[in-house]
Amino acid sequence: MRLTVDHVTRYLYDQPVRSVVQSHRLAPSAFAGQRVLDWEVTVSGGLRGGAHRDGAGDMIQAWTIAGPVQEVTVTVRGTVETEDLAGVLRGHREAVAPECYLRPTLATRVDVALTGLAQSAIGADVLALSHALSAAVADAIAYRPGATHAHTTAAEALALGEGVCQDHAHALIACARSRGIPARYVSGYLFATQDGVPHEAAHAWAELHVLGLGWVGFDPANRCCPDARYIRLGSGLDAQDAAPIRGIARGGGREAMDVTVAVQQAAQ
Amino acid sequence: MAQFNEMFQGTGVRTPYGRLQDWVAAMPQELRSLKQAEAEALFRRIGITFAVYGEGGDPDRLIPFDMFPRVFAAAEWAKLEKGIKQRARALNAFLVDVYGRGEIIRAGRIPGRLVWQNEAYEKAVVGFVPPKGVYSHIVGIDIVRTGPDEFFVLEDNCRTPSGVSYMLESREIMMRMFPDLFRENRIEPVDGYSELLRRTLASVAPKKCKGDPVVVILTPGHFNSAYYEHSLLADLMGVELVEGQDLFVEGEFVWMRTTEGPRRVDVIYRRIDDAFLDPLCFRPDSMLGVPGLMDVYRSGGVTICSAPGAGVADDKAVYTYVPDMVRFYLGEEPILQNVPTWQCGKAEDLKYVLDKLPELVVKEVHGSGGYGMLVGPKCSKAEVEAFRAKIIEDPGNYIAQPTLALSTVPTFVEQGVAPRHVDLRPYCLVGERIELVPGGLTRVALKEGSLVVNSSQGGGVKDTWVLAE
Repeated sequence: MRLTVDHVTRYLYDQPVRSVVQSHRLAPSAFAGQRVLDWEVTVSGGLRGGAHRDGAGDMIQAWTIAGPVQEVTVTVRGTVETEDLAGVLRGHREAVAPECYLRPTLATRVDVALTGLAQSAIGADVLALSHALSAAVADAIAYRPGATHAHTTAAEALALGEGVCQDHAHALIACARSRGIPARYVSGYLFATQDGVPHEAAHAWAELHVLGLGWVGFDPANRCCPDARYIRLGSGLDAQDAAPIRGIARGGGREAMDVTVAVQQAAQ
Repeated sequence: MAQFNEMFQGTGVRTPYGRLQDWVAAMPQELRSLKQAEAEALFRRIGITFAVYGEGGDPDRLIPFDMFPRVFAAAEWAKLEKGIKQRARALNAFLVDVYGRGEIIRAGRIPGRLVWQNEAYEKAVVGFVPPKGVYSHIVGIDIVRTGPDEFFVLEDNCRTPSGVSYMLESREIMMRMFPDLFRENRIEPVDGYSELLRRTLASVAPKKCKGDPVVVILTPGHFNSAYYEHSLLADLMGVELVEGQDLFVEGEFVWMRTTEGPRRVDVIYRRIDDAFLDPLCFRPDSMLGVPGLMDVYRSGGVTICSAPGAGVADDKAVYTYVPDMVRFYLGEEPILQNVPTWQCGKAEDLKYVLDKLPELVVKEVHGSGGYGMLVGPKCSKAEVEAFRAKIIEDPGNYIAQPTLALSTVPTFVEQGVAPRHVDLRPYCLVGERIELVPGGLTRVALKEGSLVVNSSQGGGVKDTWVLAE
């Protein structure tokens, strides 16, 4: 499938700030399931900083914006050719040991309820167990935008029984780790099909490490494994660690953010 | 328990301390009190104090200084030096390995769990090799002595070991107060440390650096207990002492605000923890660090000393494997031995530890500063039992070691001179070369019989002499 992405993030400051520094994880991952045809990230008033590929295989690009500045716009535009690999992250080069992804974080710490949910899943092998865990999370947390916020933890979302893709991913990661399966957060885009179900074009899901297969994606929010509708950007221990944009402004007041994402099927 | 007295052997005096006997004999009580007061006044005047956490009272309390020096013969030091440098090499080889291919884990010499799930292991620097392959540029190795030829490593400090200012100032004060001693004894100087440190830091400048590297010391600020040391080292090296807000990232580099405009910084000797270095990579709420620093670092625009992630090598559970690291990476037998250590996380070790608890020293895996530890033989039955409960609750959090008969050195006490237990922390510098000044920080447990030398627990310091051949 050929997908085009149009992703604009605007940061507005209520008074001019001295400077802005950002770290981007905004390049599509290099693996067998996707091929970049064209891709460009621009930052209004931005100076390109150092770039490197991190141990998890993500391209990280730094940007600095000298002030005084009151508005910063990050624009991502590009086209990616994707292929359905049933969620398997084939041909992805990375150096971080899967065991690193057994470590809990604030957002993915388990409580009694999460442990209980994880224990309720049954599978003959790690792959079957992973599917069962993903289904259990989907059953336990209903999709409802606005029920949770950026800092909601997996435990809080489960207690609430509602959330968005970030909460689904956090809950699945927490459950998987509690069963000894390395798990991580993946951020990316989703081509929202016109089937009447609400979707988020800026999307997130989880990857679980399955011996023999390597990293396999699971998307409890859509009860599936990532296929040709998905574009993968990068990974981390949780949403914060995998954030496509991490930034900070120095000197100044409050920040407001406005995001628009459109993912469409390109004309062949 | 037989204790090795570093000065007296039976009725005789060991050679390195030969000239100190007359020195003490010639010092009447009044003169000694006078000198002690003078030393304290000097320490206070230069402002060297050590904040003591968790004890209340005066945070700027003066660390007690004992005038009786601790002495090593040239031959004793030569062996120590070889052992320390060997260990520093192995620790750095380990760090390069575990952030690279992880050969030592693949070879089954150390469990992957201890490394990959360690809180100090930084996923963010996997695959990055710092300049010259050095992660830990200043390795502080805590060593205790139990006999004429028996030394054990108590722990390694690979992040930002403190205390070197005490080594420098103790010497300075001793030379000022007792110039005769330094004429009578041929004592190796330690004042070359700051120049060696500067050279070490300059030698690991990043590849994007052209010309003479600009080095700075990054401090959390004057509230930090080691702030005096940060400013002393900056003065002695002739480099800027900066806080996070004095630095900023622009483009591919880190810059320092100066009165003449921004100046590029090549090497940062940081005295703040990983978690606070960069809110874009680590703790997002940290105000102490520099936003964007890690991206500059990983793309080769600046060097951070010690390298982020170095802490995984000085973890108390990883410590057990350092002798294996020496064999694995260097193909050598370790010159310095570890203290035998039981991991309470292992079932059979735990059983032994709980059996022998009143005889053992138990420490928290991630603890430091002498807090949260049990010295079995010095504790009441109730204290031992309370600690037993803590171990049972979270065994993986504890290691245990036998109570060692630490060597003693004569120390001035109220009644005159008496033996007190000591340890040693030398500071090994690793850059293009591995350097060690002949000396270190000798800490002394001033309380009679006490084995805890930490300054936060009533320990003091001594000048440490290494005699020339």
